[in-house]
Amino acid sequence: MSSKILIVAEHDGAKLNPSTAKCVTCARAIDGADITLVVCAVNAAAVAAEAAQLAGVSRVLTLENSANEHALAAVLAPQIAALAEPYSHVFGPSTTFGKDLMARISGLLDAPQVSDIMAVESPTRFRRPIYAGNAILTVEVATGSKVIGTVRTASFAAAAAGGPAPIEKAAVNVELPKHTRFVSISAARSDRPDLQSAARVISGGRALGSAEGFKILYALADKLGAAVGASRAAVDAGYAPNEMQVGQTGKIIAPELYVAIGISGAIQHLTGIKDARTIVAINKDAEAPIFEVADIGLVGDLFQIVPEIERLL
Amino acid sequence: MKRILVGIKRVVDYNVRIRVKPDGSGVVTDGVKMSINPFDEIALEEALRIKERGGAEEVVVVTVGPADCQQQLRTALAMGADRALHVQADGGIEPLVTARVMLKLVEREQPLLVILGKQAIDDDNGQTGQLLAALWNRPQATYASKVELHDGAARVTREVDAGLETLDVDLPAVITTDLRLNEPRYVKLPDIMKAKKKPLDTLTLSALGVEPRVQLKAVSWSPPAQRQKGVLVKDAAELVAALKQKGLL
Repeated sequence: MSSKILIVAEHDGAKLNPSTAKCVTCARAIDGADITLVVCAVNAAAVAAEAAQLAGVSRVLTLENSANEHALAAVLAPQIAALAEPYSHVFGPSTTFGKDLMARISGLLDAPQVSDIMAVESPTRFRRPIYAGNAILTVEVATGSKVIGTVRTASFAAAAAGGPAPIEKAAVNVELPKHTRFVSISAARSDRPDLQSAARVISGGRALGSAEGFKILYALADKLGAAVGASRAAVDAGYAPNEMQVGQTGKIIAPELYVAIGISGAIQHLTGIKDARTIVAINKDAEAPIFEVADIGLVGDLFQIVPEIERLL
Repeated sequence: MKRILVGIKRVVDYNVRIRVKPDGSGVVTDGVKMSINPFDEIALEEALRIKERGGAEEVVVVTVGPADCQQQLRTALAMGADRALHVQADGGIEPLVTARVMLKLVEREQPLLVILGKQAIDDDNGQTGQLLAALWNRPQATYASKVELHDGAARVTREVDAGLETLDVDLPAVITTDLRLNEPRYVKLPDIMKAKKKPLDTLTLSALGVEPRVQLKAVSWSPPAQRQKGVLVKDAAELVAALKQKGLL
């Protein structure tokens, strides 16, 4: 049996977000998957060309509309819903973009959503983490129902290069709402790698003591070519901006190397890092729960240890 | 009346260590402390602050679930909600069913704003707000860290992966809360006494005309894979050497 899968591409207008390639890998785990990517944009050409290179993608559809300049769920959802009729599955990434959008699509289609898919057991059966990852639920979608899904990107590798798949312009005839308007986005410009796709991540906790204290992390990260993350406690205290938060309610990541510095390791934080290949913990409290999951632990004063590591590199 | 509807869910308390039952039929909830979902507490706090600033006249809390949920509704009333609606439902209620219930209540109550938590910390689905906004055909502003009401619209700052995004949404609208929107107030003892006299109405799914459909069947629960405890090194030099040995540097 074949499954027709529509994946909503995430992008910033110029480049495809790496989360999309992970959704493709998840979709390919479904038997007989025939995968279509859809790019909603003002000018979709560059992103569509990139999307067409992903192995396993049969075609890329573009939905171009001046209303698609910013990824507003209320504007995108009716367009995707109008396109979704022939598909058995509609997937998007479990990023803030995908979580905001896919559930709105689920509502418009009256089709159930499986959130945070971490494994595919059959076209209708999936595994997903619940209770901050403290339990794994296997869930079966009722027969005959379309499956809306958000893909837990940390659980899947990015699809390799392949293709190129054909790119087709699509058009839908739906009225788009004007009740939701983009005002602005403030994003810290950074030359560091993207936290969600970086191979190496250095994260700091409340023990850093201040935004100033985080600077020793940035120095180490730059030496390692690493992204920088933060615990909820550090973000709440104002030491780091919200987009750096790693954990149940922040970003779920799976780097090759994760270095937790001055992070005690609350369960909500651990759920965000447990797919990391190697976890290193540096903490002055030998009893900190982070040491229960760390592959390499070092008990001591981070303000001495971190600069020393930097010198040794 | 300018009204705000707040959805709350009874969940296993944030601090409880979750254990999966040995037979894989669920997680242990017997004798476990239950609380209002933390994101919903933030939603209620925001509604109360809007009312206190004169932006609304009434805050109504709603829950869908078994009889025990009334404890959490009473807590919400003690926090300052004016009245509560309990929609009785047993068993696992799916997000689409909850959203349909909310839509019926929205039609009855005609709120200016519906504020919900961005996710419940038990199922971690994170769907209800967006589902309701879709069914209601109204704006959604998810993951809010700041909310300001201006005539007929709300300006909402959202915590997104790239940073902070600001949207203007016409009212009525659905807002879902992120952690840093506010810090919920503590409940004072006299307020607990007062809350006992506040109205709490009970409704049923059938009276609202909502069918408790099951489209997502929970098959089994299992504990997550455990990471093995690793090694301790004594200083920075040993750490760097260990990372080099693993080929990570």
